[in-house]
Amino acid sequence: MSGVRVAGVGLTAFGASPERTGRDLFAEAGCDALADAGVDRDDVEALLYGNFMGELAEHQGHQGPLMAEAVGLDAPATRFEAACASSGVAVREGVKRVRNGESDVLMVGGAERMTNLGTAGATEALAIAADDLWEVRAGMTFPGAYALMAQAYFAEYGGSREDLAEIAVKNHDNALENEKAQYQRAIDVETVLDAPMVSEPLGLYDSCPISDGAAAVVLVSDEFAAEHDLDASVAITGTGQGGDLMALHDREHLARSPAADEAAEEAYADAGVTPADVEVAEVHDCFTIAEVLALESLGLCEVGEGITAAADGRTTSDGEMPVNLSGGLKAKGHPVGATGASQICELTTLLRGDHPNSDVVPDAKCGLAHNAGGTVASAVVHILEEVDA
Amino acid sequence: MSDDEAVDAGYDEWLDAVTDGEGYYLLCENDHGSLPPRRVCPHCGSLDIEETPLPERGEVETFTVTHVATPNFTEDTPYAVAIARFDDVAVTGQVRGVDVEDVAVGMQVTIDVDETATTGEDLVVFHAT
Repeated sequence: MSGVRVAGVGLTAFGASPERTGRDLFAEAGCDALADAGVDRDDVEALLYGNFMGELAEHQGHQGPLMAEAVGLDAPATRFEAACASSGVAVREGVKRVRNGESDVLMVGGAERMTNLGTAGATEALAIAADDLWEVRAGMTFPGAYALMAQAYFAEYGGSREDLAEIAVKNHDNALENEKAQYQRAIDVETVLDAPMVSEPLGLYDSCPISDGAAAVVLVSDEFAAEHDLDASVAITGTGQGGDLMALHDREHLARSPAADEAAEEAYADAGVTPADVEVAEVHDCFTIAEVLALESLGLCEVGEGITAAADGRTTSDGEMPVNLSGGLKAKGHPVGATGASQICELTTLLRGDHPNSDVVPDAKCGLAHNAGGTVASAVVHILEEVDA
Repeated sequence: MSDDEAVDAGYDEWLDAVTDGEGYYLLCENDHGSLPPRRVCPHCGSLDIEETPLPERGEVETFTVTHVATPNFTEDTPYAVAIARFDDVAVTGQVRGVDVEDVAVGMQVTIDVDETATTGEDLVVFHAT
């Protein structure tokens, strides 16, 4: 089984660019990833591309070949859809194809155009990640679903809006130096608490923004990297995926995300590491409560203790294990189909030393990416490790 | 319904039954509850599932008051979305008939079908008892 190297990464700026087409966004990320990798586009054997709401935002299905064409790839292309975990599952499929010897060079990534829909339209589009018959028709929005999980968490383990606000403050602080981030602006707890309520207890600043953006990653086999003398010091050493029932009301436990537990367990075993080995993590904080659920599923916090991790300074940039040094979905932005691949981009540069926040974790060798879809009915976890180039 | 021709078999009949006060759920041989249409119990994979009368009263397990809605619910805001448990099965719906500030975990509710203020579409609602 071949090892899998990250040869290159490409990210657009995340933010509001309603005039830019999905194909233009992904072309930028894909071309940047190829340039970063130093890989000839003719060597790319397939594109595995994540996108969630292309039919709604651009009236565009069949996006795989469209995006391959945009990057100039003469290769078969497939679109993956798992709501906000769409490019996470695309990355995972790429890892498997390189490992099993099917491919030596792949592009994996994703893109999403959202802001052209407006806030109400994007809210409606995001809601299709939930059960249409049994949740959406009752008026459950995506923030509403996470709000239900937050209420259940508070009831079971305690916690407050102030605790959640500390997560938003942390992730905004982390994004200050990230020129790709949607918000490079510090906020304080009062700002979070005073912001308009979206779905109680989650306010505007507990929620990630609506974003446009794209991310691309060039994956290569160990052999290809060696033969072509590529500077590819970061490897994806573990991958895992979990699933759960679609509707929240059918779940055994509203304050937990067992799909992420499963994904993490599989990824840790695959890489041969434990939570104690993880030195830096990018987790799916679409809402502040989501970071709490993620940390607990990943074994990075005990169950019931994730709520205070940011407030206690454990997950801040100067803490024992910084979480979301990119700014996370909260401050970096969340173009949903791009998010899973963008986490791989951020971790790769954090580990190899050319991320604006690399100086925070100068010796880190092991990172974790956690990407969730829907109310975590899909979860994907990847382990990245710095190995010899 | 925006298109009279469009139906969701299994779901629409369930709404009609609840409207008539004859709500039901699906109960498998291992006592797991779920909502139609289904051929398989989502909890254990049993193929032995049958319609069972929904208990008259449920209890609010958790809820959220939503202020920012999708276009189909903008004129309904603020509204309380709750998950209410009726013994073996839990259902998502909106709590009606009380101020949203008065909705509480543990509240006893009955189930019904009403219309949204924004579009007039059917939706599942709960009434405090």
